[in-house]
Amino acid sequence: MGAFLLLTVTTAFRILGRNRLRAGLTVLGIVIGVAAVIAMISIGQGAKAAVRAQIASMGTNVIIILPGATTTGGVRGGQGSAANLTVADAQDLKKKIPLLVDTGWGKRDVMQIVYGNKNWNAPVNGISPSYLTIRDWSFAGGVSFTQTDMDVAARVALLGQTVVDTLFEPGEEPVGATIRLKNVPFTVIGVLATKGQSSQGTDQDDVVFIPFTTAERKVLGTQFLGSIGAIFASTDRTEDLPQAVEAVREVLRARHRLQAEQADDFTIRTQVDIGKVQEGTGQTLTLMMFAIASISLLVGGIGIMNILLVSVTERTKEIGVRMAVGAKRRHILLQFLIEAMTLSLFGGLLGIMLGILSARATTVIAGWPTIISLESIVAAFLFSLFVGLFFGLYPANKASRLNPIDALRYE
Amino acid sequence: MGSLIECRDLWKVYRLGDVQVQALRGVTLDIQRGEFLSIMGASGSGKSTLMNIIGCLDSPTKGTYRLSETDVGSFDSDALAEVRNRQIGFVFQNFNLIPRTSALENVQLPLFYRGLPLREQRTRAGEALARIGLAGREQHYPAQLSGGQQQRVAIARALVSAPSILLADEPTGNLDTESSREIMTVLEGLNRDEGITVIVVTHEADIAAYTSREIIIKDGQIVTDRVKAAVSAGGR
Repeated sequence: MGAFLLLTVTTAFRILGRNRLRAGLTVLGIVIGVAAVIAMISIGQGAKAAVRAQIASMGTNVIIILPGATTTGGVRGGQGSAANLTVADAQDLKKKIPLLVDTGWGKRDVMQIVYGNKNWNAPVNGISPSYLTIRDWSFAGGVSFTQTDMDVAARVALLGQTVVDTLFEPGEEPVGATIRLKNVPFTVIGVLATKGQSSQGTDQDDVVFIPFTTAERKVLGTQFLGSIGAIFASTDRTEDLPQAVEAVREVLRARHRLQAEQADDFTIRTQVDIGKVQEGTGQTLTLMMFAIASISLLVGGIGIMNILLVSVTERTKEIGVRMAVGAKRRHILLQFLIEAMTLSLFGGLLGIMLGILSARATTVIAGWPTIISLESIVAAFLFSLFVGLFFGLYPANKASRLNPIDALRYE
Repeated sequence: MGSLIECRDLWKVYRLGDVQVQALRGVTLDIQRGEFLSIMGASGSGKSTLMNIIGCLDSPTKGTYRLSETDVGSFDSDALAEVRNRQIGFVFQNFNLIPRTSALENVQLPLFYRGLPLREQRTRAGEALARIGLAGREQHYPAQLSGGQQQRVAIARALVSAPSILLADEPTGNLDTESSREIMTVLEGLNRDEGITVIVVTHEADIAAYTSREIIIKDGQIVTDRVKAAVSAGGR
């Protein structure tokens, strides 16, 4: 059997080599199909990985609670315009819901930051120290502030990388420097590590963090003491998120004394919701590309079947001779199947190369991230093998069922 | 020990459109090992049908055909392929070599389907070509060989599997007189020196003259079965 396979494969190569143009045109459909599959999977995986990285940059298993909207004389403010979340809400949530590992809070405003003779406008966030852990911020230099800093409303600040880049010369050490926010001097005690873009496309590194108490009393001002812009909470496990969200809703509704028929006066979001939207668009794209790839593989397969049927007709006499000298049905069947698979594999290999090239080109030209995975290459390879097998079966079977006498007489 | 070939009341009937054609009408025939015989007849006489049945390419509608004391009438297509592979060597009028495939590989073909190791296929095919006087032409393609040489390659292909019967269907039909004489001499030599049973189907009397037994078929029946005195009478 080994010798049989070896010779059959070399024969297949020789026959295809004789009709290079025909073989090339035949496999074009497969080439395009496989290239589309490879390109689609690498673009899809690249997009997915980017989304995942963005979501991860929010911190893991984070729940964000935003205040509801105000309505003043028929004018409805946007989401978060009401100031109905408080530090007490945040602390109560942690006390009452064991699923929550930690809660943090903050409020923000965009204001001018001055350092020496330079200035820059960026969001300044007054936060509880726990906020940094919940959102997975890490430090590029210096230290975070402590509960003591909170208690005494210390004038200390943490700078995001973008702010550092804007205000400081390259090589200049920001830690220990003094910046001014609304004319209040702050000592920079830490620089945060880069996070990059958020899933909404904003620069997360363009930020200044100061203790919440300091912000409330000295910089941002407040409508009433303890009013906050958002509560952040986190759970240990992602599976706990839905249950934790429900618990948060219940506790907050009770604290805000909402009746059953009243709507929530706050909004709860988790990174799962945000991820779903993003991956949803990615999946639509993937599905469309998959449809295109399937159609071209189908067309390619039909092309192979067509050319094989022609080949069976052209070589009817040869088939007759082979049968006369002792070829069994399975020998003839295998011979044509191997030819079909050689064709489709050849197309598959070309397609894989073309697919990798197009994925690279997509990254270079459109700037989309792409990931070429070994799995997608293996899958494309197997798929083209399968196409050859499937579409080769009919012509091969037809050849193997020829009557030797009729085949020998065929002119 | 029985005959190599035993045909008992063979009938072959098939339909051609609305017409029923009786290609063979009760043929009974015995052929012994080592015979050199010719089957003659006009076209449409049924000689090709008889050859196809003897060559296990076709089965009779009625009657029994025993080859080497085995009734092959009930064999399926794969079993018949096996019998052809091991016991029968075919030589055709138009050579039927596989185009753009070397002489050696053409000769290898029966051994290839028998599943022998590649090395053994090559060695035996090379020997068969040498026996027939084509040493040195192993790598030639059929198109690079003369008609007589192509037919020799075909004979080598028929011989390589050491068959008990060599069936030649109009082996000289496409050859000039000189090549025809050569091919018949080769067949004669194979029969005489190696004891291979050779059956030649022809419509030319001077080709049949090489053989020691002449069978003439007309309208699906044997009308003459004549053993010539000179050379042999029943083989070894």
